[in-house]
Amino acid sequence: MTSNISVLSTSIPIRKLPQHPNELPAENICMVTKDFNLFYGKKQALHTVNMSIAKKKVTAFIGPSGCGKSTLLRSFNRMNDLVDSCYTQGQILFDGTDIFHRSVDVTDLRRRVGMVFQKPNPFPKTIYENVAYGLRIQGIRKKRIIDERVEWALKGAALWDEVKDRLNDNALGLSGGQQQRLVIARTIAVEPEVLLLDEPCSALDPISTLKVEELINDLKERYTIVIVTHNMQQAARVSDYTAFMYLGDMVEYSDTDTIFTNPGKKQTEDYITGRYG
Amino acid sequence: MKQSTKAWFRQGDPWIWLNAGAVTISVVMVTGLLLLIAVRGMGHFWPHAIVDGTYIPKQGEAYHIVGEMAGEEWVSASRLRESGVEVADNIDVIQRVLIKTGNRDISGLDFRWLIADEIKNITYPDELFIIERREWGSYYGIVKAIKENGIELNTKGELYAVLQQRMDRVLELHDEISDIEGKYIGAINYGLEKIRLKERALELKGSLDAQDLARFQAERDEFDAQYNNYKETLDSLYNEISKDSLIAVSMGGIETEIKISNIVNAYRPNAMNVLEKVMFYIAQFYSFLSDDPREANTEGGIFPAIFGTVLMVILMSIIVTPFGVVAAVYLREYAKQGWTTKVIRIAVNNLAGVPSIVYGVFGLGFFVYFLGGSIDELFYPESAPSPVFGTPGLLWSSITLALLTVPVVIVATEEGLSRIPKAVREGSLALGATKFETLWNVVLPMSTPAMMTGLILAIARAAGEVAPLMLVGVVKLAPTLPLDGNAPFLHLDRKFMHLGFHIYDVGFQSPNVEASRPLVYATAFLLVAVIASLNITAVIIRNRLREKYRSLGT
Repeated sequence: MTSNISVLSTSIPIRKLPQHPNELPAENICMVTKDFNLFYGKKQALHTVNMSIAKKKVTAFIGPSGCGKSTLLRSFNRMNDLVDSCYTQGQILFDGTDIFHRSVDVTDLRRRVGMVFQKPNPFPKTIYENVAYGLRIQGIRKKRIIDERVEWALKGAALWDEVKDRLNDNALGLSGGQQQRLVIARTIAVEPEVLLLDEPCSALDPISTLKVEELINDLKERYTIVIVTHNMQQAARVSDYTAFMYLGDMVEYSDTDTIFTNPGKKQTEDYITGRYG
Repeated sequence: MKQSTKAWFRQGDPWIWLNAGAVTISVVMVTGLLLLIAVRGMGHFWPHAIVDGTYIPKQGEAYHIVGEMAGEEWVSASRLRESGVEVADNIDVIQRVLIKTGNRDISGLDFRWLIADEIKNITYPDELFIIERREWGSYYGIVKAIKENGIELNTKGELYAVLQQRMDRVLELHDEISDIEGKYIGAINYGLEKIRLKERALELKGSLDAQDLARFQAERDEFDAQYNNYKETLDSLYNEISKDSLIAVSMGGIETEIKISNIVNAYRPNAMNVLEKVMFYIAQFYSFLSDDPREANTEGGIFPAIFGTVLMVILMSIIVTPFGVVAAVYLREYAKQGWTTKVIRIAVNNLAGVPSIVYGVFGLGFFVYFLGGSIDELFYPESAPSPVFGTPGLLWSSITLALLTVPVVIVATEEGLSRIPKAVREGSLALGATKFETLWNVVLPMSTPAMMTGLILAIARAAGEVAPLMLVGVVKLAPTLPLDGNAPFLHLDRKFMHLGFHIYDVGFQSPNVEASRPLVYATAFLLVAVIASLNITAVIIRNRLREKYRSLGT
């Protein structure tokens, strides 16, 4: 009997029960929200969200439309500041600092926490200038350095081979999928620590989607990635951890396998099995 | 049948017809207007044939008539009868022709209305000349001889060839003289005036000492020496130019001596073939574009007016664009949207509706008298009592028109800014750009087409504006262009000429109505052409920009 067990344990690796992200050791955590509430005027969009985002992993937010997943994502780099009536309570800690603290330089935060939007939004400039934009904003002027970083970023976004011969063409001439990868290249060119992806594939065809998903897989070695998606298969494919949100509440947050195979709450199960949403 | 009418209405066909009809009427009216002014104005430069005939009126004496057919009309016989002209009883309407006989110095009349039927023995002799003179208008007649220093030349039968050669030589000399007078002596005068002002300035400060006086005197002496130098050349040129003259015979048989230096152009339209006429037409039109006006603006070219219009519009654009754009950016991007911004927007829109003459009055009161007066007091005390900026001029005209057109630029730019997709702004902000960097690097470049649209509308409005300019800087005849070779080259304090005002002046303030009428049309046509070409330039630039920043369609 004992030998049998030992044979089993060596030939088939026992799947370790993954740790719940909120219980990860501090050095593996990138961002933490603490009793985070967000309001649009009088309407509360997020209710007391408490979660930890794991470092160099992919975390997916799923949930029906209007559940606050994009709002939460946009809080991580304070893009909600642009909405006049928006205000927050609670904290989001990034590297141990509350990002809403007065002393935080929001432009520096956004450089370190990059974001890719639902619709590809390249600037009406050349491909090269799009990627160089963030570098120039940072005050890098040396052409040699910019050249290197542009090439590196485009390679990182798996776009280099397609555009290397037409770097000086207008970026708006690229296809949707290429544009989205260009936006990702533009974001990683400034070497952020976190990448926030807000439904990055919703405007793309299946082949482009596949390419972006492959890219996400490659990128998680270097970056912490948070992705909002409507597509549950996508969440299951690319993410390590998944959070299900509903009407501004964080209903369930766990590793992806658990959420999709053994959800702890009925609401989650109903959503995943397609009973609503 | 009833059913089908109803169906016809329901399908919206009447609307389509109505809309198409409105468009057609607009197009027809615009083309008609352009055609009318083009034909009336451009026809003026064609060398018309000179008629030679005998005028035999019912009352009075018959006389020989030589002139150019300038127009015709049908008038009712009763009107003529009332004015004392004898007309047969069975005639209701009668044709009159307008003959340009020129020779104002001899007969006192440039134009005559004659009854067409009473001109007999019409011929078109080749030897009839039209001689355009610098004074007294055109001369119509026959050239008999050429004199040099009062002695008749033996031309050996080649009178016209010799005349042409002498004229070319004199025109060359004339150009040389006006070059020296305009450029070099003008520069000397300008320099002398500068010295006087410097001296006066020191005097006012009370620090004028002997050393300065000596320096100024030395500078003056140098200018004087230069002047004497030019004066010598000029004197010899004047001597040379006034040697030649010609003897011409008018329709009344009177011989006149005309100095060749007084002749701009002499030609025999009846002897020209079509090709020569076309060449002549082109030359006439070119000189209309490039020459200075003569004879109280009724003859010569309109170059200073074209130049003044274009320069004023360019200056206006340079002032209005940054001002309007900055205002629009603040209103749209930085100001807190609320009732204050609403009130400001309403005010801006109303500003666009204020009659332009009101801007003129404001410009005169505020810019010219208040601002200009203060500037003079502070910076130009030495030139008192004559004002520098405290008088209407190019600068104040440009600023007044910029004020007049700034609402258009603000509205168009705001429109453009509001159309930039939010996604693009967020894309820039998400890369760590500040709001200002986003504006400067992404939003403003993308809204340049809208700014250009605003500028196009501003140019269209400003270039045709005359009323305010009459108060703040336009004159009938400017002695110098506002841009010349004397430092600082662009003289913002100078008065200038303007095509719109030129039309008004030539058409309504001119002593010679018949002569100036075609010029009014020609000038109007040119004004339209200038505005159109300014606009087309701006449209081309805008379309380039649009192509570059073509918005994110998806």
